[in-house]
Amino acid sequence: MLEVRELSKSFGGLKAVDQASLDVRQGEIVGLIGPNGAGKTTLFAAIAGFHKPDAGRVTLDGTDITALAPHSICARGMVRTFQITQPFAKISVRENIMVGAYLHTADRALAAHQAEAVAGMVGMAGQLDQMGADLTVAGRKRLELARALATGPRLLLLDEVMAGLNPTEITEIVQVIRDIRDSGITILLIEHVMQAVTSLAERVYVLNQGRMIAEGTPAAIADDPQVVEAYLGHGAAKVLRA
Amino acid sequence: MSRQAVLCAVGLGIAVIYPLLAPNYLINIGMMVFFVAFIGQSWNIAGGFAGQTSFGHVVFFGTGAYTSTILQVTYSWNPWLAWPAAMLAGGIVGWIIAFLSFRAGLRGSYFALITLAFAEVFRILANSVPFTRGGLGMLIKADQRPINFQFKDPIWIYYIALVLCVISLLIAWRLTRNRFGARLVAIRENEDAARALGIDVFAEKVKVLTLSGAMCAAGGTFYAQKYLYIDPSIAFGVDKSVEMLLVSMVGGAGTIFGPLIGSVALTVINEVTRGLASVVPALKNVQPLSLVVYGIMLVLIVARLPDGLMGLFRRKPRHA
Amino acid sequence: MLDPQIIFAGVLNGLLAGGIYVLVAVGLTLIYGVLHIINFAHGSLLMLAMYAVFWLWRLVGVDPYVALPVVTAGAFIFGFVLYRLVIGRFSHGRDENVLLITLGLSIVFDNAALLFFGGETQTIDVPYAGSFVQLGAAFLPLPKLISFGASLLICVILGLYMAKSDTGKAIRAVAKERQGARLVGIDVDNIFAISYGIGIACLGAAACLLMPTFYVTPTSGNAFVLVAFTIVVLGGMGSFIGAAVGGFIIGITEALGGLFLGEQLGQIGISLIFILILLLKPTGLFGSRA
Repeated sequence: MLEVRELSKSFGGLKAVDQASLDVRQGEIVGLIGPNGAGKTTLFAAIAGFHKPDAGRVTLDGTDITALAPHSICARGMVRTFQITQPFAKISVRENIMVGAYLHTADRALAAHQAEAVAGMVGMAGQLDQMGADLTVAGRKRLELARALATGPRLLLLDEVMAGLNPTEITEIVQVIRDIRDSGITILLIEHVMQAVTSLAERVYVLNQGRMIAEGTPAAIADDPQVVEAYLGHGAAKVLRA
Repeated sequence: MSRQAVLCAVGLGIAVIYPLLAPNYLINIGMMVFFVAFIGQSWNIAGGFAGQTSFGHVVFFGTGAYTSTILQVTYSWNPWLAWPAAMLAGGIVGWIIAFLSFRAGLRGSYFALITLAFAEVFRILANSVPFTRGGLGMLIKADQRPINFQFKDPIWIYYIALVLCVISLLIAWRLTRNRFGARLVAIRENEDAARALGIDVFAEKVKVLTLSGAMCAAGGTFYAQKYLYIDPSIAFGVDKSVEMLLVSMVGGAGTIFGPLIGSVALTVINEVTRGLASVVPALKNVQPLSLVVYGIMLVLIVARLPDGLMGLFRRKPRHA
Repeated sequence: MLDPQIIFAGVLNGLLAGGIYVLVAVGLTLIYGVLHIINFAHGSLLMLAMYAVFWLWRLVGVDPYVALPVVTAGAFIFGFVLYRLVIGRFSHGRDENVLLITLGLSIVFDNAALLFFGGETQTIDVPYAGSFVQLGAAFLPLPKLISFGASLLICVILGLYMAKSDTGKAIRAVAKERQGARLVGIDVDNIFAISYGIGIACLGAAACLLMPTFYVTPTSGNAFVLVAFTIVVLGGMGSFIGAAVGGFIIGITEALGGLFLGEQLGQIGISLIFILILLLKPTGLFGSRA
């Protein structure tokens, strides 16, 4: 469904993403992990059209979407969320979600109806009239998810939706993400914390210093010495095995 | 909801009956309230709803005033026909300024300053090119017949201002209830998030400035027809830009009734200082005193009341 | 075609005017560079300083050049207090809010001046106002030469102060990395107020240097606002060198614009430069920030 081929992006002299490739197939939940500063968010931003890649290609369902504007990528059914949540502060949760729902309809009643349905799906039905600015961290994360869902995507790019949440909240949102996938939406998610991904994703990519260093099932990844070293430092794999 | 509708109907009723009972100078003040609310609303649609703060909105006002006046004086158009042409011109100028500025990625203060510079360019041009008659300004020949958009009885110009104001309120009301308006607010609150949710931010911003420019230009023509005279500093001076911004900010930027409330508030201040001046002889010059008060209000409102005077009417305080 | 001698004289006069512009723009760019705010009240504050110079002369008989230390110090204090009490406290850290607050302040200052001082054009008669220095075909007014030299000297002193003094180093640290500066124990809010004060102090000095050849009215500030913004944008927001180079370019542009296009149309050059720089190269000639 999504194919990323040899994508590179530098800022100044710094290579944030270096020839990274990945595939996401219809109906999957795919994880993208890596230590802090590995370039995950940059890769996401480049896929979603927020940064123009220096090299490489992004295709969605066979069409080249490299460097299309974010709004046209969204219109083609791929939408991203932000790690640092960006609620529209001065309007209600309902109106926040309606902004997403308006992508495919100009009808206010229909958009409001869809917003309510999506709110129910992510567990925000009781908060529809709260202001965006008044939400807790967990609320903001859900709102990010809800707005993105309301655009009616086929592929959802989630950037650290679990960061900053407590264990109970994580359990809840993991269930929400599963439900979303079961409703037929494919998911690519970034996580900093490996455990969170292993319980969700069928396949995992590991990015380190801008390069894709491993790909496989969560179990295989956890045993990959390269991955362990990326997370724990040079030589760690040997120590662990001993 | 229905309470608000009743309030609106009562307000409109009073506004319609008012000139039948008021003396001419009060009718004139009422006319100015609605006129300033109208051009203030044109600012509010771009600056309040969409968050694109402009310091040079007068560029549209002057474009409208000069377009209809030149068509009328130089090319003998009927002013009623010149009016839509003026709006078209204002819309085109709005489109061009928005296209250039937003293509260059200008935001926030930079956008505010570039609009100021555009207004300045237009002012200097109007001062220098022959077809505006330069600094002399342009006089529209007095011929007080409705067909000429000139009226003997001030009541008619009052009603036209009222109609303009009501139309602008309806436009603002629509924006609170349709997709275009929702997108503008999203852009104001967070451009990146808006973009991620499929909004073509550039296109929407160009659209709103075009609409705002056309509205403001309509105000320019109205002004020219009321006073039958314009010159570069009236039509393109900073004062009008500031006035539009002030009434919206004071009343409540991004709210439907903000510009109207702001316009009423500023008129009240104006009249109070005028009254004060007649008692305290040291204050013979009224205009600056009320402007001092406006300036202080602007500072206080930015500091304490981000929703302007409208914020006082809301039960639930909103976050900045 | 114009006589090259006249053009030469025009360029020289533009350079001289540019000296004052540099001083005004350095104040503006310092405030931007450190606080990252656009001080829309810059022109109005210059106007107030010019009135201070005027009244010192009219009421006490103080020569503008003698008044320079006093007015500069007074302007610093005024700027410091204004930042502490109003701008810093009310803006909630939002860029548009600062713009609106400084706009509000400029409305207050302009109209308060009109209210208290009246709308008349005020000038100062100093004995040396009519003295000229001949340079080739150009006659240069002595006060303009003095203001040119003095404003450049002040800029150099300010530059040295920023480079060498502890406060200057702290200001530069805050300009570069305010979080880091806070972490190493610099009182960032105090540095903001000091920087704003220094920016306004530049206006105090500029007012003293301007008044012998210029006039003041409540709207005098308006003439300088767009000029100062253009210089700062042209040079690159926050860049000292940029402000200096920009000041001279704008001074010369204005002089030549007036020469070729006439008094009215000549002013258009500045606004056009401003627009074109913002549209085409918003970082300016020496700026690093977008």
